[in-house]
Amino acid sequence: MGGDGGFRRELRDYVVGLVLALGLSGAAFALVAWDPWAARTMLGVVAALAVLQLVAHFRCFLHIDLKQSHRDDLQLILFTAVIIGLMVAGSLWIILNQNQRMM
Amino acid sequence: MSAGSASERRRHPGLNLHESDAHPSDGEVVFGFWVFMMIDAVLFALLFAVYASLGANTAGGPGPHEVFELRPAAMETLLLLLSSFTFGIASLAMKYQRGMALLQGMLALTLLLGLGFLGLEVHDFVGMADKGALPQVSAFLSAFYALVPTHFLHVSLGCVWIVVMMVQLRMSGLDRITRTRLLRLGLFWHFLDIVWVMIFSFVFLRGLL
Repeated sequence: MGGDGGFRRELRDYVVGLVLALGLSGAAFALVAWDPWAARTMLGVVAALAVLQLVAHFRCFLHIDLKQSHRDDLQLILFTAVIIGLMVAGSLWIILNQNQRMM
Repeated sequence: MSAGSASERRRHPGLNLHESDAHPSDGEVVFGFWVFMMIDAVLFALLFAVYASLGANTAGGPGPHEVFELRPAAMETLLLLLSSFTFGIASLAMKYQRGMALLQGMLALTLLLGLGFLGLEVHDFVGMADKGALPQVSAFLSAFYALVPTHFLHVSLGCVWIVVMMVQLRMSGLDRITRTRLLRLGLFWHFLDIVWVMIFSFVFLRGLL
């Protein structure tokens, strides 16, 4: 296990991750600097780029994939994502609603 | 250990202190750290929720357009992304035994990039304070100073951890303990990168739209 080939293959993973990360965040920054569309569209594009970069980081840097050996980690992450989704969406719903009532 | 009694070999949850507990496997140790990181992710998510719900309330103080700047945020992003990459090389140097010099060198480079990131952020915070953007001015700034410096603190602790690991590697070399500690430090460092991606997207870029 793990000769020269393994080192090169895994190094390529990190290089791909770095290129993806630099490309995606570079695109987001360039778009905001250039500002071609309406704010609402831009927010959607920036959010989409952020989610893509999130996936790229998990895949290339944290090595989370769909292989059997990583299922525990993946399930933990997905469970956390559900908790975060519930808490963030719930908080936003309640606080924004309260904010509106106080205006 | 008496053979046959399954309850003797019970591994957590619940009180079961026996010598079998003293050495959790590498997998368990790393998975435990994943659990901690996910709890940390929940903390950050809630700070994001607070920021998202209070971000519009500037109370007459400076708003995002006055206090955020694109260029420093881009520089900070570049430094942090590069540091994730150099830490990746350090992990590979450890895994494939490419020598202590490469491992220590990459850790040192990661530390430098991390410190550069921290320096730029301090510069940002000082610049914001000069513009009168202090935490007590508005709900927007309170939420900002709750979220971004929390990440700053995490990166600072990560830098301390890198220094500690560099000293430990020098003193005891690559044994099982330093290996799993480096693995966990790697997870922590890459995780902080992900949090920063969310921060620059939903705080800085969103604020500057």
